[in-house]
Amino acid sequence: MGEFKVHRVRFFDYMPTAIRAMAFNAHTERLALARMDGSVEIFNFTDHYFQEKVIPGKDSRSTESLCWVGGRLFSAGLNGEITEYDLENLRPKYSLEAYGGPIWTIISNTQGTQLAIGCEDGTVKLFEVLEEHIQFERNLDRQKGRIISLSWHPSGTHIAAGMMDMIRVFDVPTGHAVQRLLVDRGFGGSKSQETVVWSVAFLSDHTVVSGDSAGKVQVWDGHTGTLVKTHLVTKWDVLALSVSKDESSVVAGTSEGTVIQFQFIAPTLHQQQDKEWVRTRTFKNHTHDVRALAEIETAIVSGGMDTHLVVRPLLEKFDEKSHASGLRKIHFPHVSTEMAEITLVSNCLKKAGLLLFQFPGQLELWRLGDSDGHGKPGDRLPLKRKPEKLLLLKRKGEDHICCSALSSCGGWLAYSTVSCVRIYRLQTDNNNISITKVSKLPKALRSAHQLCFSSDSSKMFAASSQSSVLVIALTQSECKYVHTLKPKSGSRQPIHLMTTSVDGKWLAAANSDCEIRVYNLQKLKLHCIVPVYGSCPSAMGIHPTTNNMTVVHADQQLFEYSIVEKQYTDWSRKLQKQGLHNVWLDRDTPVTHVTFNPKNPNQVVLHDMHMFCIIDQSLPLPDQKTQFYNQMTLRSLSEQERPSHLHAFKICKTFQVSLLFLASLLDDQSLVVVERPLLAITSQLPAPVRQKKFAT
Amino acid sequence: MATLCEGFTLCGLVQTQNASDSPIQGIELDEDSDHAVVTDSTRSVTLYKVSDQKPLGSWTVKQGQLLTCPAVFNFQTKEYVVVSDNKVIRVWKDEDLNLDKAFKATVTADVWRVHSAPGGEPVVLFQRGAVRFLDSLLSAPQQPIEDVLSEEEVIRWSASIVAEEQHFVLFTTEQNGECCLYVQRLNPNTLQKYRLEREDSGASPLSFSASLRDKHLNLLYLYPNGCVYQSVVAARGYVGLEGVQDLPRSLRLRLPVGEGELGAASAVALDEAHVAVVGVPHPSARTGKDFLCIWNTNFQTLQAGILRNWSFVWCYLGKLFVPHGKALSIIPYECQKSSLASALGKLRHTGIAVSKSSVAVPSWNTLLHGDQPQGPTKIVETRKSVRNVKLGVNCVQPQPHQTGPVDEVQREVEVLVSRGDAQDLQLSVGQLACHLVARSQAETAFYTPVALAQLVQTQFLCHSVCPGLLLLSLEHKDYFLCQLCLQLFPDIPEVVTCACLKTFISNEVLQTPYSDNFLLPHLKDLDTQQVILFLQYLQFVYLKYSQDVYTQTAGLRSPTMTQIIDWVCLLLDAHFTVLVMAPDAKGLLSNLQSFVKSQVKLFSELGKIESSLQELHKMKLSKDISQYSIEVIELF
Repeated sequence: MGEFKVHRVRFFDYMPTAIRAMAFNAHTERLALARMDGSVEIFNFTDHYFQEKVIPGKDSRSTESLCWVGGRLFSAGLNGEITEYDLENLRPKYSLEAYGGPIWTIISNTQGTQLAIGCEDGTVKLFEVLEEHIQFERNLDRQKGRIISLSWHPSGTHIAAGMMDMIRVFDVPTGHAVQRLLVDRGFGGSKSQETVVWSVAFLSDHTVVSGDSAGKVQVWDGHTGTLVKTHLVTKWDVLALSVSKDESSVVAGTSEGTVIQFQFIAPTLHQQQDKEWVRTRTFKNHTHDVRALAEIETAIVSGGMDTHLVVRPLLEKFDEKSHASGLRKIHFPHVSTEMAEITLVSNCLKKAGLLLFQFPGQLELWRLGDSDGHGKPGDRLPLKRKPEKLLLLKRKGEDHICCSALSSCGGWLAYSTVSCVRIYRLQTDNNNISITKVSKLPKALRSAHQLCFSSDSSKMFAASSQSSVLVIALTQSECKYVHTLKPKSGSRQPIHLMTTSVDGKWLAAANSDCEIRVYNLQKLKLHCIVPVYGSCPSAMGIHPTTNNMTVVHADQQLFEYSIVEKQYTDWSRKLQKQGLHNVWLDRDTPVTHVTFNPKNPNQVVLHDMHMFCIIDQSLPLPDQKTQFYNQMTLRSLSEQERPSHLHAFKICKTFQVSLLFLASLLDDQSLVVVERPLLAITSQLPAPVRQKKFAT
Repeated sequence: MATLCEGFTLCGLVQTQNASDSPIQGIELDEDSDHAVVTDSTRSVTLYKVSDQKPLGSWTVKQGQLLTCPAVFNFQTKEYVVVSDNKVIRVWKDEDLNLDKAFKATVTADVWRVHSAPGGEPVVLFQRGAVRFLDSLLSAPQQPIEDVLSEEEVIRWSASIVAEEQHFVLFTTEQNGECCLYVQRLNPNTLQKYRLEREDSGASPLSFSASLRDKHLNLLYLYPNGCVYQSVVAARGYVGLEGVQDLPRSLRLRLPVGEGELGAASAVALDEAHVAVVGVPHPSARTGKDFLCIWNTNFQTLQAGILRNWSFVWCYLGKLFVPHGKALSIIPYECQKSSLASALGKLRHTGIAVSKSSVAVPSWNTLLHGDQPQGPTKIVETRKSVRNVKLGVNCVQPQPHQTGPVDEVQREVEVLVSRGDAQDLQLSVGQLACHLVARSQAETAFYTPVALAQLVQTQFLCHSVCPGLLLLSLEHKDYFLCQLCLQLFPDIPEVVTCACLKTFISNEVLQTPYSDNFLLPHLKDLDTQQVILFLQYLQFVYLKYSQDVYTQTAGLRSPTMTQIIDWVCLLLDAHFTVLVMAPDAKGLLSNLQSFVKSQVKLFSELGKIESSLQELHKMKLSKDISQYSIEVIELF
């Protein structure tokens, strides 16, 4: 098919932050995940673990615990505040000072009527959950020493609280502590150290399970306050516990990076009725502290210091090997606020590629290097010019950057946080770059979930609340509000993808309710809605000449939709009729970018984290019997034999050892690949707890 | 080679009144390969962990009751099964403490054995020959049990074998000195009876052992006269043969019994080539029958032996269980697959041997039966009968070589050699050579070097066919013939090799195959001067070769470096103490020492370089990852 020049960029110092807390909503099958920087991510477990929403973090916010009440998400942290999130606008709805000092944990009762928080000052505070708000109700009996962990009995009458060296059981109606369970300290030198009960779980039969800093998982009788069984599982801390829905299994996460499962089973086959908690399996998928755990129907979800989210399927729950039965490690959230980045096609003056990196706290603008050499495939070309960091722009305020954009002429730069949008004018003059903030912005432009510029840089589009898109006109002198593209009906979910056509006529916006709306920018009104598909779109792009839109979904399905004709193209129908190759469907990271080859209208370029793919629509589609990854085979064939083996999907996995962020075609048949090797991230993590290994 | 490892004692035993009776009824395995279920001759069953040599559990029946069959493990239900007082079947689990409280069922007929094997249901064999699955028996314990055997017939031995969904119970019976083998196939049930060939003495076998190989049941049995026979019954195939079949047998081994006959002895097949035997005297220690020996039946060689006082043996998973005196010993063993090569000793260097490899040690079977494949029922004749046949052939053909002069013999040989029929030639060349040698030895004036050389060059001769030839040529100082023999005989005994060495040193000697162990004692016969000379020669050859390793041409018969070094080592091993004392060997030894030193140094240097080279290799693989690069890729 041809040769490509690939710019391999490895100077993107992206570093995800550690996972601190997790809450699984079994009803909606959404996993909420809090990171150390205060950001919250929502994963949809019914849709290929797709990360559908990200609420950006804030400097002063630290989330210790997350809790779902119905479809509402609450968090509490060491800043002493309880926060409810607005999941439609991806921002905190309100924060409430609890007046109990730092908050260690937040839980709700099963009825969803009350919240309880554990505070540093020794109080357990109850809050009533109201329609739009929460209201302080009362304190339970105040204890000496902080409340680290809480668990509500399913009946709602009792709460178990993990503290220092003990567990208290409270009677909720009276507020009195009814049981005091003393937790032993560790052995040896740690005898003098208080034992922290990091996690408790209160089961229906009044069994209390606790995990503590002495490395024990203990089972207590909550009625009598007696210790039933102690499992010493680690020399370090047991940090997190999670109970399965049917209460037949408990998992514990430790500082060693292991997740240990306990099951309520009969230890011998004969006495089936005499069940006890037995340690059964150990999973080791992490290198560092496992801080957050959730046991869901078919899998154990864990996360911690090493930043990975791991979905470990319980294979006994599967009848056959399927997509869901494979281990899933989500190393990097693909649309996290912390890592979005954009390459610019070309700078109109210098014909040089520009690269924008977005970090939570800053933006970096780089100019790609250059080489005028030519080489054989496999060669590394001599650099004529090295890449250069042109600009480092630090954000103002506490809120982290959630999106950013660079216009294709290189003249405009914009970013948004949850509280403000900023637009800058960039001027490159020889090797000097000057930046001017656009001072007057339209009032309507307060924050954006997504930003993008039209290809002629005359307009900027900002995805705003309730799936609306603001159209802003840009001129040398000012920024002017033009219009709000607003759906009359339908979803109010936030827009997570937005793209414009090269001719400036079309704008497509996708939201997390899987809706894709296409607006006519000349008439400034809705043109059509692409038929809703059951999986969330993960990437889309509009073809520069045909105005066909290519959409890839989280379940890896691929569609091509003709905007002009308002229907799927013949190629798309053919593809759907034949079905995508199983190898394509079995990939476990979503396609995150769609672009087109300016030199060849038949070619669509896609990429996920491990590969990039050029789809040549002029070639036959592969059927299930075809070898899907066939580049090596093609390489070995002679020129004459090759055509009979070609198929439409050309996949390059040369960069698979690394994390692939972006592949974008520049004018001269060259691609930009931003790599972030996993090793580079793990090497920046703190040292894991010391474990005795043989002969050390 | 088979080797017996250091044994250890599993447990003590209570001595029985009759020393020839085993204090143990049986040893069985359970699902853990490290466990052994030991049933003693009276009342108790003990479960041992073999590697720890400690009991894990013990079960005893009440005083007055008697265990009448060894306890077995039911691999399907994980239970133990034993029979007490012939009729009471007891079933219990690992965690049951008291055998009396365990499940019991009384059956209507006397039980001989309960057999259990992994992958099969346990089977109960009654004393009168009926067979039942344990399950179906326990579901209706009072069911009538038929008599299969006739009035006087007694079961002597039984075993069960499970293979490929087939389940067999084998048992042998004895009646008026006649032994029979019954093969009971289960599901569908068929019973086949075979009559064992009677031994001349009329004695009945002392011990049996059964195994399954290549879809055939192999029965190995030992007679008091020391003969170990093997009979083969097809595991699949013919069902429905009526009546009693005669069971053909083949002699696998004739054990030396010394004076008289064996009293109590037993033989167990370890694999297709090895048999463990107890209660038979060691051939090199004439008295006493207290040995455990492993014999190789293919080569009739004794491979290992230990002196102990015992007469029974069980074999499980690479361990022999042998009760002796007051203890039950466990002796791990190893049987390596024996090949002709390892029996013959070191092979010729392959580079040289390729062209000559057509010389094979003629197999007795080939001589007698042509190339017919050895069917499982074919009787292998003993060496004695082979000799008879040879003599017979000899008598029919009066030939000039018996009396004629040298010229005539020469002609006869030429005629013979020019004949094409290889099969025939092999036989007659051997005979002719033997006779010529015999005649030369008898008549000192008679010697036919040319004829003999021609015979040797036919490549149909080997040392064992005509053992006197090489020595004869040595006697006559016919070095050409010697060389030829050394070149072409694959089976020259080490003693002869050494004899050659004493007379002359050649390349050829160094290339003869040998076994270190056998060569060493004969090397010791060399005197110091010979050793020094030989070492000097070896050193010379070595130095010559080490200067131009690559100039060795394939056609030239020359020993390889390894062969030279091996010989140097052997010589030094055999004579080191003498050489150290001998003043004229001093220079030689120090030369050799410095040579070894330099070799060691060279290797250590090579070792160092190796790791560096590996690093270099690794470095090449991992491209240095820079922060930025522009590369060209090609997609097809």
